[in-house]
Amino acid sequence: MKTRQWIESVLSLPSFGWLVLFFAVPTVLVFALSFKSAEYGGTLGTGWTLEAWRHLANPAYPPIIWRTVWLSLACTALCLLFGVPVAYWIARLDPRWRHRVLLLVILPFWTNFLIRIFAWRTLLHPDGHLKNLLVHFGWAEPNTQLLYNNGAILLVLFYTYLPFAILPIYAAAEKFDFTLLDAARDLGATKWEAFRKVFLPGVRIGMLTAVLIVFIPALGSYAIPAVVGGPSSEMIGSKIVQRATLDRNIPHAAALGAFLTLVIFIPLGIAAFLRWRDRRVTRRSHGLTPGVTP
Amino acid sequence: MLVLGFFYLPIAMLFAQSFNAAKFGGQWTGFSLRWYDELWRREDIHQAAWNTLLIATISTTASVVLGVLAAWCIHRFRTRAQRIHYGLVYAPLVVPDILMGLSLLFLFINIGLSLSLTTIIIAHTTFCMSYVALVMLGRLQDFDESMIEAARDLGANWPTIIRRILLPLLGPGLAAGALLAFTLSIDDFVITFLVSGPGNTTLPVQIFSMMRRSSPQVINALSVIFMTVTFILVILSQRLTRPQS
Repeated sequence: MKTRQWIESVLSLPSFGWLVLFFAVPTVLVFALSFKSAEYGGTLGTGWTLEAWRHLANPAYPPIIWRTVWLSLACTALCLLFGVPVAYWIARLDPRWRHRVLLLVILPFWTNFLIRIFAWRTLLHPDGHLKNLLVHFGWAEPNTQLLYNNGAILLVLFYTYLPFAILPIYAAAEKFDFTLLDAARDLGATKWEAFRKVFLPGVRIGMLTAVLIVFIPALGSYAIPAVVGGPSSEMIGSKIVQRATLDRNIPHAAALGAFLTLVIFIPLGIAAFLRWRDRRVTRRSHGLTPGVTP
Repeated sequence: MLVLGFFYLPIAMLFAQSFNAAKFGGQWTGFSLRWYDELWRREDIHQAAWNTLLIATISTTASVVLGVLAAWCIHRFRTRAQRIHYGLVYAPLVVPDILMGLSLLFLFINIGLSLSLTTIIIAHTTFCMSYVALVMLGRLQDFDESMIEAARDLGANWPTIIRRILLPLLGPGLAAGALLAFTLSIDDFVITFLVSGPGNTTLPVQIFSMMRRSSPQVINALSVIFMTVTFILVILSQRLTRPQS
């Protein structure tokens, strides 16, 4: 038994040590540095202070934080709105087609995401084809600005994260027993009622995963606002990079980073709570009706 | 179908534009390879491409070693320490890139490590190993360990077991994990951008800085080449992960 423990420690040490050193320690460091003061020229002051945290209340920040949160929420909502029907459609396809369509969904997203953002910039550009097309059909004024605003950011966020929403919902839908929908129809439910009351709860876990996979990285966006957003559509990520690399104000960058970490824990906490409640409910219903499989 | 169109529209556009002779994307002035030719003559892009491949190769190798060890330990020893180990492996996947880049940047500044290719490699290894470990964990779950015991009972030594059992059964997972790590490393922008020093660019960082200055058409051409390489890697890894049935 002693040798087994010894082998375990030796084998675990490289990866464990690496992750502690290059993941856990730096994360703690961000929090620690946010309580330091910044001296002129990028050096740190001695002693601890709340100055950087107080700075978050600076009138420049709340609009940026608010914009980051609502853009991420809107993007998540759009991804669910489109992701669920697409996942449903794929899951009902003939199995031979299913994998091909799935590969088609994934493939574009293996291209570098900067390239995809850049492609959108070309497309939305004032002299771009999309703009010309819209003007041609009279759907847009010649001086309409498609690029460099919040709408452009939302569109590209949605484009970037939609497949990440489709995949987990599809994974859940694939395991869903579609005869349940027929059963609901036989019992008098309309098509829409069957979808809403039977299918949606059935893929609940997939939807929850989709929300996390979309919402958390969206909160941390940097490249998308930098490329298709304008100077008045900065997100928290843009500010973090600006503070860390241009201004060299480490405590302010750290406070923003720590703040973002805390914001991310909110959806994670909610998700953990929902899963826990879910499990408890299933366990209880098992107890009440033995022999019924969920 | 509409959604698939939406997915491919920008990419198709980019592809077409890269062969457009016009300097700006507004109109089509004929088929041309001039942007590919210009790309061919850009030394800075060659350097960035070389850096990208070098970083990807080293960090893939390191992350495969670390990731496989992590997966094996988590799978084999189900102790409380391994549960923490699993948490550590999983957490980098949840944290947005920008936070990971920022925290590593602070670490490097604090321990006085100047930003270079080394810091990029460390950063890439850190996030790649988590992906490798999770792919391997998935594989190990389907792996029947009694086979090893059976082989030992029949007198096989460890080299034989590795060669005859572990490699054939876990090899595809290993290759898939390595390819995933390689693609992720090539593709990463935000983390690299934060931990790279002046003069140490990779292709994504180079593309980002080119977006602000140079002609968009060169980026289109570069993107098409870049995309082709990634597609080939993805299709390869798809082949490897597909069940052998």
